[in-house]
Amino acid sequence: MSEAHKDYAGDKFGMWLFLFTEILLFGGFFLLYSVYLHRYPVEFHEGGLQLSRVFGTFNTVVLITSSLTVALAISALQQGKKALCLWLLSATIALAGVFMVNKFFEWSAKIGHGIYPGSPEMAAGSGGANIFFGLYYLMTGAHGLHVVIGAAILGFCMLRIWQGRVTADNFGLLENGGLYWHLVDLVWIFLFPLFYLIS
Amino acid sequence: MTTQKHILPFALLTRIWLVLMVLTGVTVGVASFDFGYLNVLVAMTVASTKALLVIFFFMHLKYENRTLGAFVLLVFVILAIFIGFTFFDVAMRPEAGS
Repeated sequence: MSEAHKDYAGDKFGMWLFLFTEILLFGGFFLLYSVYLHRYPVEFHEGGLQLSRVFGTFNTVVLITSSLTVALAISALQQGKKALCLWLLSATIALAGVFMVNKFFEWSAKIGHGIYPGSPEMAAGSGGANIFFGLYYLMTGAHGLHVVIGAAILGFCMLRIWQGRVTADNFGLLENGGLYWHLVDLVWIFLFPLFYLIS
Repeated sequence: MTTQKHILPFALLTRIWLVLMVLTGVTVGVASFDFGYLNVLVAMTVASTKALLVIFFFMHLKYENRTLGAFVLLVFVILAIFIGFTFFDVAMRPEAGS
């Protein structure tokens, strides 16, 4: 093998370090959320009532299932089941698509009802509703961006696996791509109750 | 380089997924009752349990070396200080004007 030197443990540690910065990024958003929840409990309660619990729950199921398919894909690759691994990753990317389509309908419906930061309806009142929905768009938007990037990373992993460059003995790239995807799931696990179940 | 290869069985991963689904059901179910401030506490406890399952099994942390585990713990402790202490500050302040 004329492969360049690979530092498997180092690669993985590097990925985790990057994830730590992501955790602190979303941590900042959660901090804003908790402070404003304390200041505007009534408005946050009313805001949460306006979000569709059915949509939110469905998206939670979709995202957790997509985390399972990635975890299974890694096990499949490690066992040398390349075709199965590629199918599982396709399923993950398809689930990411379902999540984003849902998000699109959710956001469109909200914007259609005049709920967006700084809209005339939001600007009226104490400002608490404006902040709730401002945070809603900021946090689910930042999360949605991560879903899109995560799906692209998994697509890249699929290409490398298909090319035979990521294999049963050299699976670090897929493992790290999977770690990113699970982080996206982790963030949603907290976003979901805070926005949809707060009422 | 040896790659530490710890293959998680499909059955285990699927069981973790099932538990996550049940917990999602629990958190949605609990939200339809009004326990006041306890609601937020219950929702956050369930979410943290789900997060631990994802981190330990889906993200393989249970099978990683202790150094990595210590770092992950450290990050969450820092996050808790960061959010917790700011929150104490905000909660203990007398009502600001406006």
